[in-house]
Amino acid sequence: MNMTTFLFYFFEVVAAASSIALIFIRNVFYGALLLISCLLALAGIYVLAFAEFIAVTQIMVYAGGILVVIIFGIMLTTKISGKPLVVEHTYLFSGALAGLSLLGLFIFYISKEPFDTNPISSSTGINSLNTIGIGLMTDFALPFEVAAILLLVALIGAAIIASSTKTKKM
Amino acid sequence: MFPIHHFLYLGALLFCAGLIVVITKKNMIMVLLGIELMLNASNLNLVAFNQFHPGTINGQMFALFVIIVAVCEAAVGLAIVIQVYRYYQTSVPGEVNELSD
Repeated sequence: MNMTTFLFYFFEVVAAASSIALIFIRNVFYGALLLISCLLALAGIYVLAFAEFIAVTQIMVYAGGILVVIIFGIMLTTKISGKPLVVEHTYLFSGALAGLSLLGLFIFYISKEPFDTNPISSSTGINSLNTIGIGLMTDFALPFEVAAILLLVALIGAAIIASSTKTKKM
Repeated sequence: MFPIHHFLYLGALLFCAGLIVVITKKNMIMVLLGIELMLNASNLNLVAFNQFHPGTINGQMFALFVIIVAVCEAAVGLAIVIQVYRYYQTSVPGEVNELSD
C-alpha cells in the first residue's frame, strides 16, 4: 500500500465520517466546521483524481468564501445569549426512510454495474491547467460569460435582499 | 487510477447524508449546509467520470460551473435566511407559515 493509496482512502474516510457526523450534530457552528472538513477532504480526492484546478477552486471558494458567509449567517441569526445554538430534529422517520432507501438503491446499482475497472492508467502527458485555460476561452466561452453574469446578478441580489430593513413583525 | 466504484460510493453517501440533513434539521442554515453537501456529491461524480477520458476536460468544466452556481445559491440563500430572521425572529423553516402580515 503506497502513500497515494493511503491518502486516497484517508480522504475518503474523512469525508464520509464528517458527512455522517453532520447528520447527528446539533450545534450549527460545529456543523459548519464539519462541512468544511468534508469539503477539504473532497479537494484532496480531486487532486488524486487528476483535477488539480477543481481542487484549488474548491479550497478557495468553500474555505475562503462560503465558510465565512455561513459563519456570518450563524452569528446574525442567533440571539446573543451566550449559549450555543442547538438545532432540533423533525421528520426523523421520513428523513431516514428517504435517505437510506436512496442510499440502498445507489449502492445496489453501483455494485451491479460492471464499470471498466482498469481504464487508461493516468492522464500523464496533458497539462490539465493549460487545457482548462484554453478551454475556458474557446469551447466554454459562452458558459464562462453566463457564469460571470450569474455571479454579478447573485451579488447584486444578495446585497439588495439582505440590506432592506423592513419593520419587524410584532 | 483508483477504482471508480469507491468514488461513486462516496458520492452516494454524501448525497444521502445531505438529503437527510435537508429533511430532518430544524434550522435554515443547516438546510443550506445539506444542499452544499448534495452539490458536492454531484461534483465528485463528475470529476470521477472525467478520468475515463484523459484528453478532455468536459467533466471538470461542468464541476467548475456547479461550484459557481453553488456559490450564488449560498449567497442568495443566506441573504434570504437573514431577512426572514429579521422579519419573523426565527430561523426554523416550519415556523414561517404565513406570507404577509
